[in-house]
Amino acid sequence: MSNKVKSPLMKKTPTYSLRASIISILIGLLTGAVVILIVGAFNPLISLKGAWDGIRLVLFGVLSTGRDAAGALTFGFNPTNIGNMLFRATPLILTGVSVAVAFKTGLFNIGAPGQYLAGTTASLFLALSIPSSSVPAWLIWIIAFLGGVLAGALWGAIPGLLKATLNINEVIACIMTNWIAASLVTWVFDISNLKNMVEGNKTGYVYKTTYNGVATSKMGLDKLFPGSQVNGGIIIAILMAVLVYIMLEKTTFGYELKACGANRHAARYAGIHDKRNIVFSMAIAGAMAGAAGALYYLSGNTEFFWTTYQSLPSEGFDGIAVALLAVNNPIGVIFTGIFMSLLSIAGLQLTNLTAYNEYITDVIIAVIVYLSAFSLVIKLWISGRKKAGKSILPWKKKQPEGAGLLPDAQPAEEAAAAAEDAGGAAEPEGEAAGTAETGKEAEA
Amino acid sequence: MSFLIRQTLIYAIPLMVVALAGIFAERSGIINLALEGIMIFGAFIGVLFVRMMQALGWFEAAKAADNWVALQGYLLLAMLVAAILGAVFSLLLAFAAINLRADQTIGGTALNMLAPALVLFLVRLIAKQNQLLLLKGDSASWFMIKKTMLGFDRTAELNFFQETFLNKVYLSNYVCVIVFILLAVVLYKTKFGLRLRACGENPQAADSLGINVKKMRYAGTTISGALAGMGGFVYAVTTANCSANGDVAGFGFLALAVMIFGNWKPLNVAGGALLFGLFKCIAACYSTLDINGDGIYALTELGLNANFYRLLPYVITLVVLAFTSKSSRAPKAEGIPYDKGQR
Repeated sequence: MSNKVKSPLMKKTPTYSLRASIISILIGLLTGAVVILIVGAFNPLISLKGAWDGIRLVLFGVLSTGRDAAGALTFGFNPTNIGNMLFRATPLILTGVSVAVAFKTGLFNIGAPGQYLAGTTASLFLALSIPSSSVPAWLIWIIAFLGGVLAGALWGAIPGLLKATLNINEVIACIMTNWIAASLVTWVFDISNLKNMVEGNKTGYVYKTTYNGVATSKMGLDKLFPGSQVNGGIIIAILMAVLVYIMLEKTTFGYELKACGANRHAARYAGIHDKRNIVFSMAIAGAMAGAAGALYYLSGNTEFFWTTYQSLPSEGFDGIAVALLAVNNPIGVIFTGIFMSLLSIAGLQLTNLTAYNEYITDVIIAVIVYLSAFSLVIKLWISGRKKAGKSILPWKKKQPEGAGLLPDAQPAEEAAAAAEDAGGAAEPEGEAAGTAETGKEAEA
Repeated sequence: MSFLIRQTLIYAIPLMVVALAGIFAERSGIINLALEGIMIFGAFIGVLFVRMMQALGWFEAAKAADNWVALQGYLLLAMLVAAILGAVFSLLLAFAAINLRADQTIGGTALNMLAPALVLFLVRLIAKQNQLLLLKGDSASWFMIKKTMLGFDRTAELNFFQETFLNKVYLSNYVCVIVFILLAVVLYKTKFGLRLRACGENPQAADSLGINVKKMRYAGTTISGALAGMGGFVYAVTTANCSANGDVAGFGFLALAVMIFGNWKPLNVAGGALLFGLFKCIAACYSTLDINGDGIYALTELGLNANFYRLLPYVITLVVLAFTSKSSRAPKAEGIPYDKGQR
């Protein structure tokens, strides 16, 4: 990155971040391949050829077209896989944006699973209870979608409010609201009349929205990817990610959110309502996660398993990985979301075609996230190689950037204690935010 | 009443131990968000180890010889193995956070994702399903201490104390309590504990007095990993029937909440864990809960939905946090990579 004095707020997406992400991905994939090889070596049921098949599927699973008559893997353009990849990417992109927005405001939104459930429940209720005989289906869809977004926003605002008013750590509040949502959703569907009674072999599922004639428009994508589940949801998700990007980068409101993330106390000093922004940020994050749930279950080909009180939907947690890999850039999230679902499609191929199973792709994702935790080091490593001989270890100067990811995420950072603390430790940041503020004024 | 106390302890004790794990890490200055992941990993390792011992025929032999002391010994051995491997697993976090100065929250999240993925990947390969069960029998038949083992007659009437603490209990719980007390004393009454806490409050000052901050933080994280790994296995034995499925029902996160709730102090944490355990227990078995022994299930009579009791522990945690969070105080230096240059 250019070493000119530039505030972390004004910085454009650094190419080093992109390269660091790519290196993380490559190492992650390599780790997956190594695990496959080791397991293949120790497991007598898996031959060396089986391990080689496994590695190829992990890398190119989305292009897999099955096995030919001789039993060898075949690869080629597979529209079904690609369509399904886009379908699965829809909720991942939105939960990724959800986590990214919160990160930008210095909040760790681990509550995406709960918000996702809230959005799912609200949209399923609206989509299934409004009689399609009197209201046109497209209107029901819009009402259900907006209802899901709103429910997610409200659920997300709860930890935001608790953080802003009572100073409860948002990580803990999010974890609690996740499990409260999980029990509430079970409760709500338990006493509802939306349980699928028609298909007797299915217990614990809610009706598909097509039962009421409601489904997301395909927007022509089914012609492009025949045989897959893809629908217009992916386009809506990408549009929402772009909107959030514009909001964060091109509006005063977005600037204020980021200022709170860079240094909450400096932002307050500059006259920004930090508490209000925390609530708004969490509400927007919740809205995104709610939209993820709404789009996934309004698609018409998914069924919701309503006994959720024992486990939380993984889409929410995957959003954390998606956001981290994209360095919290909403545009980047579109690509990392698709990449994650590409991996999960590869995992499915792996389960279907080899003795391995799909969890290896989760291992790869975890390794990538682990590496992204010290992407700073990787970035320094890349830039250090570029400028050989020049020792680059200005940790203190780099701090705002690393901290920009998660400045206030320490459990229970307490306003009073942290204020004193930040006064000393974060002075450079404060100044940076200050200059950025004036810089922006000048620009305007 | 005996039943209520016993069940509460079964939920509370893993929470308590894992919350202490959190205390050790955070008091040394490392945020250990990975407690959940380490628990999952520890549970898997413990169950796998028990399965290996079963495959060697040790369990059957002990059972045949009516040697229940040996069985308890195997349980302790499995706890030890889970603790050691949990500590090894936590080194991933320690390495990233201490040597590479990585973001600790992200590192912890990564381990939380890695553990279930790795465990499920291996479980699927080993067991051909998503759950690793014991080869034979269940948790209670191998490990539960019953009154007949302690020399009581099968028909003997036990008094309240004996019924609560000696019948149908697990040795692992008592071991956990002892470990908890020992480590709490270590943290507050020894030189090591003082130094560890200093590294979480003001590492620069600690360093200037000749304390090796890196070493102390490694110690804190490793102890944390060992406790969490052991806690995970204890959870698997006492509530999940000694099975591993890459999930501990969010207990690691709850332990984090209990830790914050208990203000990073062992005694308060024990209280918080008991409170939480009580409500978890009520949620799990409210329909058969006969508190004063008059044959009336008071909570069922209320006619409330089961889901109400399920969400109660979480709501109560939030409410208590709302009242206590103003006065709570985290270790000052937690989450900040130690930088010698800032001294």
